[in-house]
Amino acid sequence: MSEPLLTIEGLTKTFHVARSASGNTRLKALDGISLTVGRGETLGLVGESGCGKSTLARTLMMLETPDEGTVTFEGTNPFGLRGKELLSWRRRVQMVFQDPFASLNARMNAGDIIAEPWATHRGLYPTSRERQARVSELLHMVGLRPSDARKSPQEFSGGQRQRIGIARALALNPDVIILDEPVSALDLSVQAQVLNLLNELQQELGVSYIFISHDLTVVRHVADRVAVMYLGRIIETGATEEVFDHPRHPYTAALMSASPKLDVSGTRRDRIVLQGELPSPLDPPSGCRFRTRCWKAQDICAEVSPEPQVLAAPDGTRHVAECHFPLDSLKGLTGAAATATATSAVPVQ
Amino acid sequence: MKTAAQQAPIQRTGEAARAATGQTKAHDVVLQVRDLAVDIRTHRGTVRAVNSVAFEARAGETLALLGESGCGKSMTAKALAGIMDPVCDLADGEIVLNGTDLAALSAKERLKFAGPELGIVFQDALTALNPVYTVGTQLGEAFRIHRGLSAKEARVEAIDLMKRVGIPEPESRINSYPHQFSGGMRQRILIAMAVALNPRLLIADEPTTALDVTVQAQIMQLLRKLREEGQMAVILITHDLAVVAEEADTVAVMYAGNVVESGPVSEVFADPRHPYTKGLLESVPVHLERGAKLKSIAGSPPELHDIPSGCVYQSRCPLVQDICRAERPVLRPVAGDRPVAGAHPVAGDRPVAGAAGIGGTPVNIPSGAQPRPARTAACHFSEEISNV
Repeated sequence: MSEPLLTIEGLTKTFHVARSASGNTRLKALDGISLTVGRGETLGLVGESGCGKSTLARTLMMLETPDEGTVTFEGTNPFGLRGKELLSWRRRVQMVFQDPFASLNARMNAGDIIAEPWATHRGLYPTSRERQARVSELLHMVGLRPSDARKSPQEFSGGQRQRIGIARALALNPDVIILDEPVSALDLSVQAQVLNLLNELQQELGVSYIFISHDLTVVRHVADRVAVMYLGRIIETGATEEVFDHPRHPYTAALMSASPKLDVSGTRRDRIVLQGELPSPLDPPSGCRFRTRCWKAQDICAEVSPEPQVLAAPDGTRHVAECHFPLDSLKGLTGAAATATATSAVPVQ
Repeated sequence: MKTAAQQAPIQRTGEAARAATGQTKAHDVVLQVRDLAVDIRTHRGTVRAVNSVAFEARAGETLALLGESGCGKSMTAKALAGIMDPVCDLADGEIVLNGTDLAALSAKERLKFAGPELGIVFQDALTALNPVYTVGTQLGEAFRIHRGLSAKEARVEAIDLMKRVGIPEPESRINSYPHQFSGGMRQRILIAMAVALNPRLLIADEPTTALDVTVQAQIMQLLRKLREEGQMAVILITHDLAVVAEEADTVAVMYAGNVVESGPVSEVFADPRHPYTKGLLESVPVHLERGAKLKSIAGSPPELHDIPSGCVYQSRCPLVQDICRAERPVLRPVAGDRPVAGAHPVAGDRPVAGAAGIGGTPVNIPSGAQPRPARTAACHFSEEISNV
């Protein structure tokens, strides 16, 4: 991969909450996030609810200001920009939301929804004729008819609404689109249509995607690289096949293992079933944040926070995991399940 | 076992109670649904949301009702449980639960079945639980109403239940309110309420859809454990093909209010005989080159007030012919072309009669086992699908 389009380093975001059970009022939603996104690349971001995925997305959209860390987008730090420069930067990062029903204004028609970003970015398509032509073009690109511009959101199905949301994100010709669970609300048969559309658009336009999803099957299909988040940290990143086939962090292995598989051969697989749930981000465990649910945890895990380790990936790609005791890459998932079963910390029934 | 059940004032586990009375054996048919139809009264006229649905659920097994949103799977569950919205009517059909046709009973008579015979778990635990009562009160309710226990006795039972579903420190958590529990724990509480009286049938309507993956695995493990312990028949309602593949023994695929295909999961998924089932299976991005084009089903399901008179799937079907527009196919037995000797892995030690049950003449069924339901599909061209 050439020079990354977007580089995030040490991003930290703390929220102050009024009160909590533990008495702690500081919630560290992001705790030193470092990531890169290449041009035309899809980065899959996976993790359970509350891990900080959405805070990261909101920070990249500049809806939150980070406490520490830097975001570099083609050499510039967007948080240092003001006025026109800031406006032109905002154009380049757009977002598609999860809920196609809540994210479209029911009082506007589809054409006005898609054209609304140009009310802020006036220079892009100055005349009404240009705007109309572009709306028709965008509708065509996402597989709708130009005549659909006059319909209101209620007249569309869930999949069609998501297409309108994608057209709106494309309206400003962005370089990066943050897709926050873009297909989770859609039925399976429609989900496939939207995934195909996203793939075609990326090949046509060379846009980068940050694809946030809890559905590992979908992420495996769309992402070039994957980042796994747990309690505000990225605990593992690497090329998609490498992370899925040879997870090195126990949490990644557990996540992959817990996710149901469509396997018609009927063989029952060994599964890692983690005990407990995500600890409260208000009161995260000391040391390694995963240690309270980890079957490999030792004393050191409670004392020392593991540093990101670059691990040897058989295919030569960069594979990083934050763990004192990374799993054996050669064994893969089955091996991890066997180890987990053998230790009493994680009973598998 | 019998003496234990007699001595104990309260029968704690379904297994002990059933073993003592010999009522339910593994794989016995617990629920038989025939020709179920549900109408909804809307301002645009009456629409049929569920149409001639038929399936059976067996003790100790899981039947999955699989379908996309609006296909009528939740409506079917509500009809079985007798908790339909006031605008819905049970238009037709039989719901035979352990010999009693629930559809023929009055609403008041059906109440007696809710709890001891039939339990239901909903998707959204926060809305299903009452926010102003402690979980102990809500868990004990079934014991107070159906068994006439005092509040104190019910509390003991509630603590016991919380232990059974794996809620840590039940003695101290019993006085907590639902909002004080995490999503996974709330779902456990809901499951505990459903299994409190050891029902024969447990309906789980998207029980893990709102949960994270690692918690989802815990809840599925719990449901499996409870199913084994109580030899319950479980009806699992879901839109997730992978969950069906991993958790269910048999599956009924629903589309636009109709069951379009049913049979043992391993056979239906390996060799689908309805174009919709096949289309769904192909929409899942597995075993594909990354970024490769997914096969998808064109279009979207018909609106309920606009269901065509012929086959319900005709507008999206690649095999559609004139006969499909003229005549609605009924569920007919289809012979799987693969050998059915290997039983479903979950069933393990049990023979699968497969095609033998088609004509109602079971062959080679060892004593005690009932004939397996044949595979069925509602398609005029079910034999040609594998060639598409």
